[in-house]
Amino acid sequence: MNESLIALENLKVHFDLSRRGLVARATGRAAERIVKAVDGVTLDIRKGETLGLVGESGCGKSTTGRAILQLVRPTSGSVRFAGTDLVTLPEREMKQHRRRLQMIFQNPYASLNPRMTVGSIIAEPMRNFRLGFDDRQASVRTQELMNVVGLDPRYVKRYPHEFSGGQRQRIGIARALAADPRFIVADEPISALDVSIQAQIMNLLADLQERFELTYLFISHDLRAVRHVSDRVAVMYLGRIVELANATDIYSRQIHPYTKALISAVPVADPKLEKQRKRVVLQGDVPSPINPPTGCQFHTRCPFAIAACSRVVPAMTEIQPQHFASCIRVSPEHPDVEAVAAMPGDKHFAPDDRSLEK
Amino acid sequence: MSTHATNSSGNTLLSVRNLATHFFTEDGVVKAVNDVSFEVRRGETLGIVGESGSGKSVANLSIMRLIPDPPGRIVGGEIHFDGRDLLGIPGDEMRRVRGKRIAMIFQDPMTSLNPFMRIGAQLEEITKLHLGLGRAEARANAIGMLEKVGIPDPSSRVDDYPHQFSGGMRQRVMIAMALSCAPELLIADEPTTALDVTIQAQILELIREMKRDTGASVILVTHDLGVVAGMTDSIVVMYGGSIMEAAPTGELFESPSNPYTRALLKSVPDPLREQPRLFQIPGLPPDLSRLPSTHCPFASRCPEAVDRCREEFPPIHEVAPGHVSRCWVR
Repeated sequence: MNESLIALENLKVHFDLSRRGLVARATGRAAERIVKAVDGVTLDIRKGETLGLVGESGCGKSTTGRAILQLVRPTSGSVRFAGTDLVTLPEREMKQHRRRLQMIFQNPYASLNPRMTVGSIIAEPMRNFRLGFDDRQASVRTQELMNVVGLDPRYVKRYPHEFSGGQRQRIGIARALAADPRFIVADEPISALDVSIQAQIMNLLADLQERFELTYLFISHDLRAVRHVSDRVAVMYLGRIVELANATDIYSRQIHPYTKALISAVPVADPKLEKQRKRVVLQGDVPSPINPPTGCQFHTRCPFAIAACSRVVPAMTEIQPQHFASCIRVSPEHPDVEAVAAMPGDKHFAPDDRSLEK
Repeated sequence: MSTHATNSSGNTLLSVRNLATHFFTEDGVVKAVNDVSFEVRRGETLGIVGESGSGKSVANLSIMRLIPDPPGRIVGGEIHFDGRDLLGIPGDEMRRVRGKRIAMIFQDPMTSLNPFMRIGAQLEEITKLHLGLGRAEARANAIGMLEKVGIPDPSSRVDDYPHQFSGGMRQRVMIAMALSCAPELLIADEPTTALDVTIQAQILELIREMKRDTGASVILVTHDLGVVAGMTDSIVVMYGGSIMEAAPTGELFESPSNPYTRALLKSVPDPLREQPRLFQIPGLPPDLSRLPSTHCPFASRCPEAVDRCREEFPPIHEVAPGHVSRCWVR
């Protein structure tokens, strides 16, 4: 279980939006603008686990997922898949690995070709990766996959528009499974779906993980869903990981002030708790990743920032066993765990709190 | 209390009775809202919860009389607002209510703001029209409203266009517009669905503050049971165009009566608890164009359904005072 399948080392993805064309130079508007979408992410994803990746929109979670699959080329750093660095791999060799690395997308309406039948959508990876199926074998496998994801194989000749959102997401999942993957990036796979359908898809992903020994990176802004499906959770802010721990600890004993604020903002379906909870309401929006704040990038919104926070880039530190955070207020060099731990808002997330109240 | 028990006192601001809104399409009649009744008291927040196709948005558009006709039409019922039947008043009178006494904020602020108009102009338009403010007054008011909803540097941002604001800021602008005329009723239709949790917390806090300051009533439409838990006094649960259950908030969460409500509550992951597997409601939300009127709309997905549920449309019955449920299995 602890063997790593994917290892990211100081991964960076920068997008250059600089204006240095002829017009820009002539009008004196040339400017260096670099979006640091992912800015130094080091992370292990272990064989067979679900790693949840959370953060606000624009924090770089999707770009991280796409960079692992080499759908965007990293600016620097490495992405090791079972020991092989994918970043330096030539495209031809990358293709051999690609069938093992698949993706499930957020929008089940945009990620399926409306002019292809369900059958040909699911069979496409088998042809694309030349898995050596003849037509009959491909058709048998397609129908098998439809069964596996809970679609009626009789619908194999139908088109995506004839299905509901949840069913389309199942088609996307069947397609991801077609080439027998080892690792799947699920990028907001449930956020476009109804509540009752979200539960169905989360359960399906869990079943498939067990059956096919899959490893997931589950990207979502829905912290309740992430907590439910993940073994470990990484919290991202402006291109960097700020905290990493197992899912229960992230919810009950979170360390980083940003994680505390994020968790305290999650509404709980319990009116009594909701009335008592104290929230850490963050001021303002996430700063622009074009000119991110210096030092700790969260210091501009952090209720616990001290002067040093704007100067020192905090390192990821193992504060408790297997629980990492990057915050100088809590790291061993500045042992101020007490000050941050006393923050309001997280108390009600202690797992045994509920029994105490009754 | 906002339920079927219609003992309307002078405290009732809005009373919807037996509302039915249908859409007449080429493929047949879509009965989006059927026999829906609820009340909102002054100062109260009512939550309307439902999945897509439950009729929750159509019910609220009906209150605003914003149902596109054709194909839609309010085919039955009454909507009393402050004692007057909104369905009976002429269009120009309704226009004086809409935006002034009843305001609405929508899920997607980008599509509800005019991309070609400066924020300020859009805010000023409302107060000029409804309150008869002059240009300078309206502008001062617009800046004041932006400041109130927490837009930094409002006197310069007032001249920006919608695309220059982030999603959370745009929703604040929408709220500023909605609150410009100090409405007595604010209808918020999924106001935070498109936003991050931290921004959602800010927006919900803003709505709470507004309520405290003005004493306005709020209808909060959402699919998120967590959001209604902390925001509302009572809740209406809708499914397939009908009210399935209505109760005070605390009671609905503590002792939900309807099988749909119970299933919905169980299918949401609880961050406080370790759950090996989520409860899952089988099947799909109903197709509105094929809604049954002869049996319970939830019957095909209901874990507790009996033969009668598939044969007869269930009536509303009282579970406890102020708590009603639509179900044959009591």
